[in-house]
Amino acid sequence: MIETLFLLVFASGALLGAVAMFFLRHPMRVALALIGTMLSLAAIYAALGMHVIAVFQVLIYVGAVMVFMIYAVMLLDVRDRSFTERFSALGVAGLAGLLLLVGVLLDGLLRSEMPPAAVVEDAFAVGTFAVTFMEGYWVYFALTAVLLLVAEIAASAVIDIRRRGRDRDAADAAEAQKHG
Amino acid sequence: MDDMAFLLAVSGLLFTLGLVGVIVRRNLLVMLMFLELMLNGVILSLVVFSHQLGSEAGGVLVFLVFVVAAAEIAIAVPILLLLVRLKRTLDPGAYAGLKG
Repeated sequence: MIETLFLLVFASGALLGAVAMFFLRHPMRVALALIGTMLSLAAIYAALGMHVIAVFQVLIYVGAVMVFMIYAVMLLDVRDRSFTERFSALGVAGLAGLLLLVGVLLDGLLRSEMPPAAVVEDAFAVGTFAVTFMEGYWVYFALTAVLLLVAEIAASAVIDIRRRGRDRDAADAAEAQKHG
Repeated sequence: MDDMAFLLAVSGLLFTLGLVGVIVRRNLLVMLMFLELMLNGVILSLVVFSHQLGSEAGGVLVFLVFVVAAAEIAIAVPILLLLVRLKRTLDPGAYAGLKG
């Protein structure tokens, strides 16, 4: 009973944060609403007994991804049309799509049956998860680490390409000025 | 409706809200945040099924998806910064001329 109440409260928090994201104007406030949604989801995972996932949700999503996003918001405080006009011309189409998708999802959910719950003691406790992870899935973990490294190199490369292009443009302009 | 079906409905709603947000909002950064919301909706459904089936593999997959999401943001934000440095706007309409 108490678990159901927790799930209800945190699910409401997650949905409220998601809805608030639509109506808040400043990207920083949208980011804070998204952080609220993510923390509510972490609480749901904890209420389900999946503590490892809850910790990763807070550490990786809130602690890394959203902090990065907030840095980007602080760097790009642009007050242009995207700030004054929140919604694009696709607002009505988006609303129609929202209603359609919600209808389809709810219809599918009401027609389907959930698989019977498997009773696995402590499957997601930190110790059990860590042993399973390092015994059975360490190769995937190593591959994901390589992927992350490639992403960092690619991000540096993107910035470097832009810098080189700018340097070349400046050199061309100086050359043209010298001859002209 | 039991707890798990309720959480699946929440995950569907989060995904739908994220998708509509990407379509209707006019700010590139906010659109990126709605993409994250969609991913969170999908992860919630993955967690629910993993919990229901008692599958540790589902938990591992969620962890790997978290790491991939971090990599995706590490690429997306620098690209966004460069685009904004180029045109000084976060309005996606200004980038309609991109041809690859």
